[in-house]
Amino acid sequence: MAVITPPEKTAAGQRQQQPRRSRRRPLVLNAVALAAGVALWAVVAALGLVENLPTPTAVAQKAGTMIADGTLVSDTFASLRRVLLGYALGVVVAVPVGFLMGWYPTVRALVEPYIQFFRTIPPLAMIPLAVVLLGIGEVPKIAVIFLASFMACVVSSFQGVIDVDKTLINAARVLGASDRIIFAKVVIPASTPFILVGMRIGLGASWATVVAAELIGAQEGLGYRMQKASTWFEMDTIFVSLITIGVLGLVMDRLLLLAERRLTGWQERR
Amino acid sequence: MNSKISFRDVVKTFPLKDATFTALGGVSLDIADQEFVTVVGPSGCGKSTLMSMAAGLQEPDSGSVLVDGTPVSGPGPDRGVIFQQYALFPWLTVRQNVEFGLKLASVPAEERRRRTEQAIGLVGLSDFADALPKTLSGGMKQRCAIARAYAVDPQVLLMDEPFGALDALTRVQLQDQLLQTWSQDKRTVLFITHDVDEAVYLASRVVVMAARPGRVHRVVDVELPYPRTEEIRLSPEFRRIRNEVWTSVYHQEAPAQAA
Repeated sequence: MAVITPPEKTAAGQRQQQPRRSRRRPLVLNAVALAAGVALWAVVAALGLVENLPTPTAVAQKAGTMIADGTLVSDTFASLRRVLLGYALGVVVAVPVGFLMGWYPTVRALVEPYIQFFRTIPPLAMIPLAVVLLGIGEVPKIAVIFLASFMACVVSSFQGVIDVDKTLINAARVLGASDRIIFAKVVIPASTPFILVGMRIGLGASWATVVAAELIGAQEGLGYRMQKASTWFEMDTIFVSLITIGVLGLVMDRLLLLAERRLTGWQERR
Repeated sequence: MNSKISFRDVVKTFPLKDATFTALGGVSLDIADQEFVTVVGPSGCGKSTLMSMAAGLQEPDSGSVLVDGTPVSGPGPDRGVIFQQYALFPWLTVRQNVEFGLKLASVPAEERRRRTEQAIGLVGLSDFADALPKTLSGGMKQRCAIARAYAVDPQVLLMDEPFGALDALTRVQLQDQLLQTWSQDKRTVLFITHDVDEAVYLASRVVVMAARPGRVHRVVDVELPYPRTEEIRLSPEFRRIRNEVWTSVYHQEAPAQAA
């Protein structure tokens, strides 16, 4: 999982955009580390140091057959669909709720107790309840993922509004801006960095939740596949699913990071 | 006197934990049209509060603040405000920042562009019109903020320690630039500072404030001709007035206990 850096606000204007040349170096090091990791795994598996550990080649072969017979694609699609639906719903609801909480103290006072309460309950702990209330179809899984991403996002967008520099609001006000304009032209852009951080945390939480949600009553999905494989001792299948989840999570996180860079490149960074 | 801005018995208090802090305890002050007035005083004398009320960002507890004889009710583009912290919108370029107020005032596109370029040119930022604030130095940021205020063509400029965070050299340059612009357009300027030299160099009248409660301690007329030059800055007459202001800022009688 990628490290999430909080949005930074500094007074002093130090430009720190690194030159292109040195930006390629970490990529090379990343690749080296990855290759070394796989090599270590191969050695450990070949020497039989860990019982039942499949070799990288066995996992690759298994991935090949799973792609060929369509299970990997359909599992991936099923999990991805749940994550994207639950996650997107969570973000779409959380951002306006967070904004309203930050902007109107009344809304904050009404909503905050619930947020603080549900925030202490891990979304995974909601699964049994969701199953009882919503059955074992798609709805409880998406609902739990929704909850996970909502909780991560709502707090950060709320915080984003609260943290908007008051002088910026005053600056807009003295130029003749109404509350509505201030909200649209100052509060929303100023809180974008916070929202994007929340979105990245929410994405991680959504992936974590989907796997667990699929452990109960799913017919397909990467989590379901792992659960089933473990009862049959198919270690290679578990590895294929795990790696797929990791890669998908990483790709989606990178996409968000890219969006973050584009949308919040104006920030002064230390 | 036909005053542009007038403060009449303005009182402003802030609640503290177990007392009330009297930021302004009955301040009266008149600023004439086209006058350049600076306000100096120790911290806590309420000089920023004074400006904030003229801007309409704060309301007096009692007394009144009038601009053109009308009580101030909220901020408005007739009064441009420059903050010490620049307060540029960091996600907008220099040009977009300067355009901000003009867009709010629904100035037609063509005129908006013309006035924006003019304001940017006035502060010498034409080459940086498309730059984001994060790439600018402190002095350039403040010039951008000044351009943003000029663009909407306010009759009054309210400046709250605008050059306080800048290095001495940049500060002097911006002071000269400000005076030069003022000599052409003659806006009324209320300029808050803690720098005695700056206060004397810029103003035709220096208001020295005292703290606890915040009040006007003395008003010193600066009888130096405009345009102000380096020669004036180094003249004995400047030094005399400067010393006079300095003394009344730093050697005020002990604050009244009955605050």
